[in-house]
Amino acid sequence: MKDDILLQLNNISVVYADVIQILKGVSLAIRKKQIVSLLGSNGAGKTTTLRAVSGLLKPENGKVTEGTIEYEGRPIQNAAPETITRLGIIQVLEGRPPFEHLTVEENLRVGTAARGTRSYKEDLDLVYHYFPRLLERRKALAGYCSGGELQMIAIGRALMARPKLLLLDEPSLGLAPLLVKEIFQIVKRINEEQGTTIILVEQNANMALQIAHYGYVMENGKIVMEGEASDLRENPDVKEFYLGIAASGALKTYKDVKAYKRRKRWL
Amino acid sequence: MEFFAQLFINGLSIGFLYALSALGFVMIFKSSSVLNFAHGELLALGAFFFLILSVWAKLPIVLCFLVTLVGCFALGFIIERLFLRPLIGEALIEVIMLTVGLSAMFKGLMLLIFGGNLHNYPDFLPEALSIQWGAISVPSVYVSSFIIGLIFLGVFGFFFKYSSHGIYMRSVADHQPAALSLGVNVRRVFALSWAIAAVVCAMSGIVLGIINGINVHQLSTMGLKVFPVVILGGLDSIGGAILGGIIIGLLENFTGGYISTSLREVVPYIVLVLILLVKPYGLFGSEEIERV
Ligand SMILES: Nc1ncnc2c1ncn2[C@@H]1O[C@H](COP(=O)(O)OP(=O)(O)OP(=O)(O)O)[C@@H](O)[C@H]1O
Ligand SMILES: [Mg+2]
Repeated sequence: MKDDILLQLNNISVVYADVIQILKGVSLAIRKKQIVSLLGSNGAGKTTTLRAVSGLLKPENGKVTEGTIEYEGRPIQNAAPETITRLGIIQVLEGRPPFEHLTVEENLRVGTAARGTRSYKEDLDLVYHYFPRLLERRKALAGYCSGGELQMIAIGRALMARPKLLLLDEPSLGLAPLLVKEIFQIVKRINEEQGTTIILVEQNANMALQIAHYGYVMENGKIVMEGEASDLRENPDVKEFYLGIAASGALKTYKDVKAYKRRKRWL
Repeated sequence: MEFFAQLFINGLSIGFLYALSALGFVMIFKSSSVLNFAHGELLALGAFFFLILSVWAKLPIVLCFLVTLVGCFALGFIIERLFLRPLIGEALIEVIMLTVGLSAMFKGLMLLIFGGNLHNYPDFLPEALSIQWGAISVPSVYVSSFIIGLIFLGVFGFFFKYSSHGIYMRSVADHQPAALSLGVNVRRVFALSWAIAAVVCAMSGIVLGIINGINVHQLSTMGLKVFPVVILGGLDSIGGAILGGIIIGLLENFTGGYISTSLREVVPYIVLVLILLVKPYGLFGSEEIERV
């Protein structure tokens, strides 16, 4: 059972700038080769959780102050991002920032930084296999790419590192529904075909729970619910708050959802 | 007409030197947002390094060049490690003050060792390098300055465009957090940019030393010329730095030739001000520079 776990967060607390505590005892267990979805509203601490894993807290002046993060049985909390990426953990940043003055292919090549000097041609082929659109656009400057293409670049770059654990932060943000569907299908294929374990942070709970195996729900820096994705999809609370479906099946208005939130039933 | 062509060629070869040293300055700025006020001292350090090898140690000239290259690369690396790295993440003004301090320190050290007078390299450039073309004659120093400029600009252009490390360096300049997220070793990129800056500065320092002789004050003042060059080209544009260098080189020589030698040093700054009035970000600078 324990061998099955790739990454484990044990009761971690994260503090920014030495005073602002954002995570208050978060525990996660990520099984190998699974897609695990991390849901939660704005400011819940999802991005902070990913940063704690990838080591990107440090440049944000944040720190894991309590608890441990174990990756393949080794503690990695507060290690430098150079170290963590070399262990096979790559975070795809929220907002998919591109290297604007680099071409699409050069953007992808930056992804080889974490894994030494091995030839990158094969990895490029792999990325182009999943994202044929990037092959067409390979010579274009990333600064001129569309939002969907930028998300493909962001995931493609990470894929170049051949990660064991991929941390995806809101890949659906601001994309058209059809494109979101396409990208989620590709994420699912990457998981199945490459055996890559994925933590998928999303606001779009509906889409995320369709491809995920397991899910966690966060509120105010704590995990408030967890379960198999299929169970979460059927859970009335998740349905109402995150899927926007009331028990009756009607779409809740924004006001109702707000009122619901004020009750803070999960705290 | 011959006079014009003569000035043009001289200006161009000096411009290449300015371009080369400006490349080092821009690279440090692009990767780490550090304005290097010790730029002139890097020029002088390279020139004196070469002096030690060629005059004091009397090594063969080609070997002098190679050892200077390697030595200055290491020197840049060490400067970053010892002085810049502890300040990563500190306010920009502190880092700038540090480079001002470095400048004073290096200058003092060189004055201590070499004194304030003029030194000269042995005459090693073959006469065959000079070009006689009708009434136009290009002395061998200018030809070699042209060649060195071309080689190094070509090598570094190629390095940045195609090599993996060049691409990592550009990625850090573009978006440091994203580069970090992919495992780019940002500190190594900073160190590498200082190392390369020290190398290109040394190369232009040596050639300037061949032309004017080697003097601490003169070379560090030459370093100040990097400011009109990079401001003209745009602080964050390598292409701009190269063009800016060539323009300043040409301007100086035309002013010296047609107007007066005493105006030579001033005119680049006047033109600079005029251009900046029209294009506040320099000829090629990107407007995002405001962030800094
Ligand atoms: N670098 C930082 N310094 C201080 N506070 C921060 C920092 N980054 C995030 N925070 C705060 O931490 C809290 C959680 O932020 P986080 O980005 O982890 O939330 P999130 O769940 O990813 O939200 P979203 O869905 O909006 O992306 C927020 O209140 C935010 O203001
Ligand atoms: Mg977030």
